[in-house]
Amino acid sequence: MSQAILEVRDLKKHFGAVRAVDGVSFAIDRGETLALVGESGCGKSTVGKAALRLFDVTAGEVILDGTRIEAMGAGALRPLRRKIQVVFQDPFSSLNPRLRVRDILAEPIRNFGLANGADIEARIASLLDKVRLPREAAGRWPHEFSGGQRQRIGIARALAAEPDLIICDEAVSALDVSVKAQIVNLLQDLQKELGLALLFISHDLAIVEHIAHRVAVMYLGRIVEIADKRVLFSTPQHPYTQALLSAVPVPDPTAISSRIILQGDVPSPLAPPPGCHFHTRCPYAFDRCRSDAPDLRDIGGAHRAACHLRQGPAETA
Amino acid sequence: MSESADARYAAAPALPDILPPVRVRTGALGFAMRHPTMAIGLAILAVMAFVALFAPWLGTVDPTALAPAKRTRAPSAEFWFGSDAFGRDIYSRVLYGARVSLLVGFAVAAIASAIGLAIGLVAGYVRWLDGVIMRVMDGLMSIPPILLAVALMALTRASVSNVVMAISIAEAPRVARLVRGVVLTLREQPYVEAAITTGTTTPRVILRHILPNTVAPLTVQATYICGSAMIVESILSFIGAGTPPIIPSWGNIMADGRALWQVKPYIIFFPAIFLSLTVLAVNLVGDGLRDALDPRMVKRL
Repeated sequence: MSQAILEVRDLKKHFGAVRAVDGVSFAIDRGETLALVGESGCGKSTVGKAALRLFDVTAGEVILDGTRIEAMGAGALRPLRRKIQVVFQDPFSSLNPRLRVRDILAEPIRNFGLANGADIEARIASLLDKVRLPREAAGRWPHEFSGGQRQRIGIARALAAEPDLIICDEAVSALDVSVKAQIVNLLQDLQKELGLALLFISHDLAIVEHIAHRVAVMYLGRIVEIADKRVLFSTPQHPYTQALLSAVPVPDPTAISSRIILQGDVPSPLAPPPGCHFHTRCPYAFDRCRSDAPDLRDIGGAHRAACHLRQGPAETA
Repeated sequence: MSESADARYAAAPALPDILPPVRVRTGALGFAMRHPTMAIGLAILAVMAFVALFAPWLGTVDPTALAPAKRTRAPSAEFWFGSDAFGRDIYSRVLYGARVSLLVGFAVAAIASAIGLAIGLVAGYVRWLDGVIMRVMDGLMSIPPILLAVALMALTRASVSNVVMAISIAEAPRVARLVRGVVLTLREQPYVEAAITTGTTTPRVILRHILPNTVAPLTVQATYICGSAMIVESILSFIGAGTPPIIPSWGNIMADGRALWQVKPYIIFFPAIFLSLTVLAVNLVGDGLRDALDPRMVKRL
């Protein structure tokens, strides 16, 4: 097995008393798409920003291509940043309104010393080709483009650094359906062409099912289940994953709804409940769930779930 | 589309235009139509600048020449705006006084903006310095700007450049607070985060991504500072803490006319009209700039 391009071990990020991320571990292999799903406020974007070192983590390790970066100084980290890039959700605020597209794309090329002089122009042209934008776009301002086109510019900027991993932080959530499909297909084509790994942060399960190889489900700062996409969508093991998947609308009016309706709201990350974070809403919760936090355990076939119900009888006894 | 194509397909008639085409005028007239406040303000400012620059050729005499025999004359063919208690020509003094007011206004706007911008950028970007810097700024702002300027003038010699520095120091904290607020918003913008992940160094992030986006609100603030500085300069001169009495400024002329204002109101009236018109013009330009730079603010009030 090849070395993971990104590995996160027991990552914690607390904002004051808010435990946004509370012990998250996962790894992404080269060329793989891992989707990180969960509802708003579960900490999935914080995981992405911690991996990008946009802020310092509270605890845990972030290992980028074999190098620990979570405590590295800004100067030493800068050249390593080339390997991990990001595409943000909002196509309007993710491009500097006062720079032309050419200057936006030239910035990573110059910063990482990937080309000089006239070569930069050639690279910009090839980047625009890659994201299927006309080459004339280089001389335009961001406000001259639509949301989908701006998202393509954002992808081109990420590609300009020649990364190994791109973090797509809700990268298609703000786009309308047809544009969303175009961008998802573009990301998949680029992944095949360039061997990119993607960390696809999303709340849209339909798109996750389409694009991901593996899926990790987050609830209140922790990963509750992580598995191969087919396994997770066909045989979800954690009660939260089951409820989440049952909420995906089925485009068939005659289908009988088997939706699991959860009671209550997500508890506040200011005061997460003891034990399993999900026990306040779990239909199967028993005494142990209220005191012991379940570990993310292997339950066969690289399928891991954090639930006392899914652990061997010897352990629950 | 060709006629044959029209004949072959039964096409619905074209929809009427939902948004009728707008004819956008270009040139100076178009600008005045689109931004009337800015056009009026700029026109008045242009006249004031012309008057200040060409004061010696606009029928003026030496503004400091005394004529004790012709004191406190009413406006006439000899003294267009009358003469003051020393027989000096008020018309000449007001025209030369425009130089001081405009110089002080624009110099303070430029210097206070530069100082405030530098302090605001540092406070907004260097988190651990923010608290210290902003508490010092709060302290400076807790002193009324006129008192602060009077105190600073008391420490130095009366001269136009000292007036400019004193007012700039009094105004700079307001700019610093504005810039810091803008920087705090901008540094959370995804494009700034993207610049960091693409390996841009902190100084370049500030220069390329933060600074250019503070220019619009800063320009608007600078115009208000310009207007306010002209008034503060007049107040300082009026109370004798500003421009030296030998240099005619609108505040000095009004100070000279203060004792006589009930019997000879024109001594104060003419410089006051010029001061009010100029400050009004600067504020009109500021309002127009704000509307032009941020269309969401237009016609809100």
